[in-house]
Amino acid sequence: MAWRMKPVDVVLVGMGWTGAILAKELGEAGLRIVGLERGVSQDTVPDWQSPSMHDELRYAVRHGMMQEVSRETYTFRNGAGQEALPIRKLGSFLPGTDLGGAGVHWNGQTWRFLPSDFRARSHNIERYGKDIMGAELAVQDWPVSYDELEPHYDRYEYLCGIGGKAGNLRGAIQPGGNPYEGPRARDYPNPPTEPAYAGALFANAALALGYTPFQVPSANMTRAYTNPEGLALQPCNVCGYCERFGCEHFAKSSPQVCILPKALAMPNVELRTRAHVTRVLLDAQRTRATGVIYIDASGREVEQPAEMVILCSFGINNVRHMLVSGIGQPYDPATGDGTVGRNYTYQTMSSATVFYGSDRRLNQFMGAGALGTVIDDFNGDNFDHSGLGFIGGGYMGVYTTGARPIEFHPVPPGTPRWGAQWKSAVARHYNHTCSVGCHGASMATRGNYLSLDTTYRDAFGVPLLRMTFDFPENDVRMSAYLTDRASEIARLMGGQTVVPSSAKRPYSVVPYQTTHNTGGAIMGADPRTSAVNRYLQSWDVPNVFVMGACAFPQNPGYNPTDTVGALTYWSAEAIKNQYLKAPGPLVR
Amino acid sequence: MTDLSRRTLLKGAGVVGAASTVPAAAQHAADHAPPGLHTRQNTNPNYRFFNAVEAAFVEAAVERLIPADPQWPGALAAGVPVFIDRQLAGPYGRGETLYLAGPWKQGTTEQGYQLRLSPAELYRTSLERIGQSSNEGKTFHQRSGDEQDAFLRRLEAGDLDLGGFSSAIFFETLLANTVEGFFADPAYGGNRDKAGWRMVGFPGAYAAFLQLYTHHGMTFDREPLGMDEHTGAHPVVHTIGR
Repeated sequence: MAWRMKPVDVVLVGMGWTGAILAKELGEAGLRIVGLERGVSQDTVPDWQSPSMHDELRYAVRHGMMQEVSRETYTFRNGAGQEALPIRKLGSFLPGTDLGGAGVHWNGQTWRFLPSDFRARSHNIERYGKDIMGAELAVQDWPVSYDELEPHYDRYEYLCGIGGKAGNLRGAIQPGGNPYEGPRARDYPNPPTEPAYAGALFANAALALGYTPFQVPSANMTRAYTNPEGLALQPCNVCGYCERFGCEHFAKSSPQVCILPKALAMPNVELRTRAHVTRVLLDAQRTRATGVIYIDASGREVEQPAEMVILCSFGINNVRHMLVSGIGQPYDPATGDGTVGRNYTYQTMSSATVFYGSDRRLNQFMGAGALGTVIDDFNGDNFDHSGLGFIGGGYMGVYTTGARPIEFHPVPPGTPRWGAQWKSAVARHYNHTCSVGCHGASMATRGNYLSLDTTYRDAFGVPLLRMTFDFPENDVRMSAYLTDRASEIARLMGGQTVVPSSAKRPYSVVPYQTTHNTGGAIMGADPRTSAVNRYLQSWDVPNVFVMGACAFPQNPGYNPTDTVGALTYWSAEAIKNQYLKAPGPLVR
Repeated sequence: MTDLSRRTLLKGAGVVGAASTVPAAAQHAADHAPPGLHTRQNTNPNYRFFNAVEAAFVEAAVERLIPADPQWPGALAAGVPVFIDRQLAGPYGRGETLYLAGPWKQGTTEQGYQLRLSPAELYRTSLERIGQSSNEGKTFHQRSGDEQDAFLRRLEAGDLDLGGFSSAIFFETLLANTVEGFFADPAYGGNRDKAGWRMVGFPGAYAAFLQLYTHHGMTFDREPLGMDEHTGAHPVVHTIGR
């Protein structure tokens, strides 16, 4: 029998970016809120301080800030015909844990999606005809438009103090920014970064080919900044320890730096750490959530009754909570029926590596997570896809994020993997090699999905989430095309050799690619093909809302966090202005 | 600091140690010795995980993976065996970053590691088998460098069965741990004298480049800094060379 806590208005499952924003927004509306975090508390001071934070082995290699897979992991297979086996060691993606979640260890690359990304199906069919989708793609329109999200993008970017240059101010294209972006009401709150050396080499080459390079919008501060919550951020020191690390300087936007101090100062908002939610409790009809069950630090099973349950954990972990709790109908790829687990997508990464002569010192250890110079000429539908055999695209460019040597020691093809020749090649090429990366979209298919594993369980006895995924043919073609374009630029960057590497099947969970795991609880206009409505409210259990990138119907060629933040503010506004006045379905 | 100036410094330190018989000074010299000068700390590094037979293999093997050259020490002098030993004796060795629950099945390459062995168990199991299989009159560390390389290539290719699993799994773990030990912060026992960092020009835990990173192509030759010697201050002024 579970230990029963006093009922509250809202329970937040997970306290990263989305939980922190909702704690503040709904706390301000006067609701009694409990935020449940499976990990421990952590903060800039005393946890993320130098020099111990500058430890590549502990944080980047041993995954010091990541989900503890010894307790909780995923199973994986490339297709439904295979037996799924557990991801015993994290590799391809790295979900965070502890207070702040992935919002602590992210790089800070902060992108809006294109207006046409929100109409991915309609837009492509209007321009290229209905055959463009082929039999493979299960691409859907979003139930929300860019224009509707614009004020919420703006709000999240000002919360974070993003440094960038507008490319489109209310329809007027601006020099220095991304000319392809949707119109924004005002410029970024802070100026853009200055290019690093490798970025500058990329920019010159891209300009020579007629493209439009610009600096990536950055959550690493480009100057001292006080956000609308009254919280102060400091300029980034360009230390090279962003990705997989916490920032010691108050210089990278995180829930701790940008919002949690305000949220947790409210007497009606309570944080409970070491509270591992195992399921959402539903009534007998499975149309209303009554609270959640969690395991506390002592191992005790605790029931937290609540009027509303909001899933705020890492996107695909939210999908698992829904499947375990029986919220909505699980997706079945054989029939196409069901919604929970549908349209799991990822990101299609590739690169063209440039090897320079030893007189060219790139010094990429002088880096920051979002210090990048890119072009957007081959993203979304920014270029004509006629006759190319695929839809979608990605941005491409050079990031300079730290070049920490356990993981970064490039050698040219043909170099032995060890021994004297390997060693001399590492010494020769370490400071003289950079990569043009392609950040490609991931299109939904009928066969890529999430479900519960039938064999493997976590430390609490709950079934693991099973991931069935391989790169769609569409995305393999797209990656080949993008990598060709990246190689053309790379060859003009003044190096000696260019080595392209595009995405190929089969997808592997072993080498790190990106932690942009999206979809599985997608938003849509039709309850038969989506798990949540346009306000991220469950179609089936209307007092459950589901945050995060699991809501993306498919994943465009950008980093997801800006859109996750914008959707959270969008949903919070609907909860405050509509749901609280008349609890029930917001879309019928 | 150049190799030459370091040797000069060590020469002085060695004289002090020999003359005064103060162990601390001698130990300092041994800890910071460049290739060729230190033998003592590697013959008795006080291993916590490896037994003497295991240590003999690992010391010889890592030195083939990253051998000494005229300019830079190899993995042995850089303390990589000590690094791996300490890792295996701790949480990593116990498998705290792994999901090890059963059932255990052979998966595809794309599904990654599927054994029930923690890293410590993987080393112990593999080294026991290797000790048996390489017993052709000479153990691994007694063979010539070329013979050792040939044996490592067989491990790499998965030619040996180490107890129901391919030797390639052990080899890849050993190779990854060797690279880790060559480049991880010296606080972990490897990368001795920051040799790995010096070799590539990585500044280590030193981290304040806001005023430098826009000086494209500059020569940055500041002494690398390990966590344990970090003062907590961030020097932001540096001489810019071209």
